[in-house]
Amino acid sequence: MPTVNYVSFDGQSTQLELAEGMTIMQGAVMNGVEGIEGECSGSCACATCHCYVDDAWLAKLPEMSENEDEMLDDTASERKPNSRLSCQIKATAELDGIVIHMPEEQE
Amino acid sequence: MTGVVIVGGGHAGYQCADSLRRAGYDGEITLVDGEGHLPYQRPPLSKSHLLNDTGEEALLFRTQSYYDDHNIGLKLGHRVTAIHRADKQVELDNGETLGYDKLVLATGAKLRQLDLPGAALNGVGYIKSLDDIRYIQSHLNQTEDTVIIGGGFIALEFASTAAKLGKKVTVLVRGQRILANAVTPELSQYMLDIHHQHGVDIRFGAEVDHIADDGNGNVEAVRLKDGTLLPAQLVLAGIGVTADTELAVEAKLLCHDGVVVDAQCRTNDPDIFAAGDSARYNNPFTGSEIRLESVQNAVDQAKVIAQVIAGQDAEYHSVPWFWSDQYDIKLQMVGIHDGYTHFYQRGSQEDDKFSLFFFRDDRLIAIHTVNRPADHMAGRKLITAGVSPTQQQIEDAGFKLNSLVKK
Repeated sequence: MPTVNYVSFDGQSTQLELAEGMTIMQGAVMNGVEGIEGECSGSCACATCHCYVDDAWLAKLPEMSENEDEMLDDTASERKPNSRLSCQIKATAELDGIVIHMPEEQE
Repeated sequence: MTGVVIVGGGHAGYQCADSLRRAGYDGEITLVDGEGHLPYQRPPLSKSHLLNDTGEEALLFRTQSYYDDHNIGLKLGHRVTAIHRADKQVELDNGETLGYDKLVLATGAKLRQLDLPGAALNGVGYIKSLDDIRYIQSHLNQTEDTVIIGGGFIALEFASTAAKLGKKVTVLVRGQRILANAVTPELSQYMLDIHHQHGVDIRFGAEVDHIADDGNGNVEAVRLKDGTLLPAQLVLAGIGVTADTELAVEAKLLCHDGVVVDAQCRTNDPDIFAAGDSARYNNPFTGSEIRLESVQNAVDQAKVIAQVIAGQDAEYHSVPWFWSDQYDIKLQMVGIHDGYTHFYQRGSQEDDKFSLFFFRDDRLIAIHTVNRPADHMAGRKLITAGVSPTQQQIEDAGFKLNSLVKK
């Protein structure tokens, strides 16, 4: 099972093992990791699961859809080059060990 | 025992428990839900769930350990059967009583059931709960032809799912267009074309006479009143819901098509709140009393209740928003378009990326977007702030609408 490292805005780190295919958002929300909301159940419709992906993993991520790209223009915290919606990233063997940084606020 | 008792474990009920703890409430919290599952998310049931391989665990709001860690008591598989307001107690179906300081009714909605011969046959299903979708899933393998009764979001989302799964899909709509209660005729027509492109047969003015039995208690076909016979091994009825206000009515709380609540989501009993599909409130954007069946409404009302119970100042005046996923179309709606006088379009239908901006006189009241999420997100801010873009700004797709509202 791929491991995901969630780093909160104040620097606290939580490591979770997620079932393959589960999204980074689902893993955080289900396990009560603060900082990711996911109001729309992962439908890429609310932009409350915004995260910053550690640069080392950026190139391994699936390409961003146009919808995700547009939603990221309206996140509560600043959009950066490594911004993604965590509901659009599934935990896979290739992403084992990925580091996710939480933004200051989601709404 | 006292504290907060929450009736219902859908979006509103779960959110209220979670937000109470986030707001620093440290009394007891007990969430009662009749279904017997850990609280889970319903939107995917008609959308992605049947197409995903992630299984049911992915539907859960939280795992059991979250509730344990946050000291949120769960009474799952038990229904509340009565509210005793004078004693500030609720009674469960196992005879147990729970005392409360504050009671939150998040009872949601009840399915409208088919009322016609054959409605009880094996193979006739609905989509509201996890058990409903398990039932449908258990019939999918034996299904080649599916008939869907209804032309609203649930019906059409399931049509999209079933078509993606390779089923032959026929949708029966009583009226003359799809999504008639939710969108304008232009968007109904656009969505109809999308369903046609995916091979879905949609019939208007269709009245079902009965569902035919194969002789063994299984669905074999749907017979229309005009005599048409449509073979089907699975019949899905998506014919709407009604507010589940039974407990509130019996407890003599003020109800009419929903439990009536004030801006703090309080009923006419100061210790009882209501949120979600079953709550009726005065919407500041429409200036009328409405009841919304949406995730946004459930979540935001629940947050207000949690803050109020935790002793903070809060009022519910969020702008309503909704979404639907059908095929590759993401349909997003913000605001309430009822009573619009005119609209402008941004983007083009040929590109499958466009938005309709609805105005009442010179005020922007709603935006319906197809695959233009940025318009939707900007729209939430615009309508909340009461800012109306000009026709020129709307029609200029390069103009950044969110620049009209400060962050």
